[in-house]
Amino acid sequence: MKYVLMFTSNTDLDATINKETLEADYKKIYEWFTTHADKFADGGAELLGVETSTTVKHGDAGAVVVDGPFNEAKEVIGGFSIIDVPDMDAAVALTKSWPLLERPGNAVEIRPMVEDYSQFEQ
Amino acid sequence: MTSTDRLLAQTLREEAGPLVASLSRRFGDFDVAEEAVQSAVAEALTSWRRDGPPSRPAAWLHTAASRNAMDALRRRDRQRALATRVDPPAEPRTGTDDRLALLFACCHPALAPEARLALTLRAVVGLTTPQIARAFLVNETTLAQRIVRAKRKIVSANIALTVPPDRELTERLTDVLAVVYVMFNEGFVSSSGPTQDRDLAADAVWLAGVVATSLPREAEAWGLAALLTLQHARSSARFDEAGGLVLLRDQDRSLWDGDAIAEGDRLLERAAALRSPGRYQLQAAIAAVHATAPSWADTDWLQIVTLYELLLEHDPSPVTRLNRAVAVAQLGRRQAEAALADVEALAEPLAAYHLFHAARAELLTSLGRDAEAARANRQALALTSNDAERRLLTQRLHSRALEDGT
Repeated sequence: MKYVLMFTSNTDLDATINKETLEADYKKIYEWFTTHADKFADGGAELLGVETSTTVKHGDAGAVVVDGPFNEAKEVIGGFSIIDVPDMDAAVALTKSWPLLERPGNAVEIRPMVEDYSQFEQ
Repeated sequence: MTSTDRLLAQTLREEAGPLVASLSRRFGDFDVAEEAVQSAVAEALTSWRRDGPPSRPAAWLHTAASRNAMDALRRRDRQRALATRVDPPAEPRTGTDDRLALLFACCHPALAPEARLALTLRAVVGLTTPQIARAFLVNETTLAQRIVRAKRKIVSANIALTVPPDRELTERLTDVLAVVYVMFNEGFVSSSGPTQDRDLAADAVWLAGVVATSLPREAEAWGLAALLTLQHARSSARFDEAGGLVLLRDQDRSLWDGDAIAEGDRLLERAAALRSPGRYQLQAAIAAVHATAPSWADTDWLQIVTLYELLLEHDPSPVTRLNRAVAVAQLGRRQAEAALADVEALAEPLAAYHLFHAARAELLTSLGRDAEAARANRQALALTSNDAERRLLTQRLHSRALEDGT
């Protein structure tokens, strides 16, 4: 069963983290991905900052391109991974071991992926 | 509740959970299995009441639920292939492990807290949605939607029907015990109504026993079973003939169920032997002191206060502090004044809790401050949503007599 893990963090709090901590954290993240390599499916990515985000939406005169994220939230998605594990408990267990979970403002959202498209057929 | 209803309730709660679990496994779809059992339960309620229960109730339910599940699968075009290749019906398995696994899924932290209890009552205990709606005085449509959402999440997010591994068991068990505890409290307050054909409190006592027996090394599971057994032992003295609530102080102790109290004590000893104290065990210990006291006046209040001190270490909540203060007040007039000060310090967190005002009123009355007590009683009355409690508070306002608020 495939799930997407969406890693969110609080940009204000992220800005307060010093360089040494960031480097140490990157090391932990690298190790975490290596340890659990068998549980990850292809297609995950770390994302550049939310200040690089562009949103396209529909306005009165057709499609409009605007600067910034769709949501003005402080919590933003910094990356996502696709995992392939037997069930929700396995997804939760893996997520609980995410090295940056303890960092203030961090959270991980788990969403099951649609794999069986027949459920949408009438 | 009639004797047929009681028999129905016992059969359904014994059979429903394992049946949901085994059909889920057989058909690979929790939603279909749960719905099939729910329909079979509704059919049983009609048919067994009309014709009396069948000679083999478990087999009857199993056949009805299997048929419902097959029908549901056949109705779904995309599932046709699956429905024709499923194994022939197996004999019903009365697996406690199956039921426990189902219970852990229904109380999963990934489900909305308000949905866990409703889903547990339906899937594990075999209640129907209308019965649950009546017990909680909630709108049936809203409740049904809540249950549907929770079931869909179990299926779509693949929440497994398994007992968690040892390293996660204690943490996950906390969520399960919380659901059983709430089930009991909801039932304990509201089960006296004439419209009830299930005794939720009795169902919760049974379920707590099932959990403790299945997980014999979990002290708090035994603690909860002990607590609920001891509380339930006093249930026939809690309401008078007119359905009015009778407080512990005024209860006819000869109506208490001595066998159940002895059983509660045994369960508590079983918990204590595991040497891992917790909030349910301490609450059970407090209930045991009350249950074995010859009268309100001859209760070992010092022991109760000591137990509340210990309980505060596990559960430093304002409600526990309130209960401790009420017990302290029984030690004497000087202590009652100190207790009132303790209670008043809780005004901010407990302003919306009717028993805070009721307890404060009781303390004020005991100190001869009647006008303030009446005001507090009126506040309590304005905040309670339960009929029996409302009547008691009204009566208290009229008589201004000293009453106990716990």
